[in-house]
Amino acid sequence: MDVLYFAWVRERIGLPRESVETSAATVADLVAELKAREERYAMAFSDISALRVALDQELSDFDAPLAGVREVAFFPPMTGG
Amino acid sequence: MRVAVQQEAFDFGAEAQRFASGHSEMGAIVTFTGIVRDVGDGLEAMEIEHYPGMTEKALTDLTQQAIARWSLGDALVIHRHGRLRPGEMIMMVATAAPHRADAFAAAEFLMDYLKSRAPFWKREITKSGADWVAAKDADEAALKRW
Repeated sequence: MDVLYFAWVRERIGLPRESVETSAATVADLVAELKAREERYAMAFSDISALRVALDQELSDFDAPLAGVREVAFFPPMTGG
Repeated sequence: MRVAVQQEAFDFGAEAQRFASGHSEMGAIVTFTGIVRDVGDGLEAMEIEHYPGMTEKALTDLTQQAIARWSLGDALVIHRHGRLRPGEMIMMVATAAPHRADAFAAAEFLMDYLKSRAPFWKREITKSGADWVAAKDADEAALKRW
């Protein structure tokens, strides 16, 4: 699946998107896999209460299942307007 | 309805004029415009990042909700991204309803929701560096009234 990062999450991880091979069942499982990869991921995901997640461009939550999802995006709370 | 996500500046006067024309059954048009504000710490620019695809979907969904809930005759949302200077217009909303209470309420609803439910992120560039703008608890709390 494609994993996208925005704002300071993108800056901490150092790239805007990547393709990830995963069998993670939920968003939280995916986060655990990413955190285990490298320090920069561990830093970006150190406090998931400071993050939001979208699945296929719809806001979702960290307990949500990933079955059938093609695009996951992680970002801080939004500041539009 | 029209939703536009764009880098280039928009002509507020022309947009408002166009929106207000051709709605003879609508007695009230409300417009709101957000401006890049220098709060006095030497803001050089505001950079707005967004999530192409999701942004358009989220704004369209919010606008459709507003139209249904307040029986609007029409609604317009324009939101810019990229690098903006102090004094530049960031975004505008316009709503058309038979009576003003609905037009005002729908415009406020759109503003409250697009502040914290549309995927934009602001970064302030000052002489001393760049900082992501943190979301405010008050912005989240503002959603509860709807």
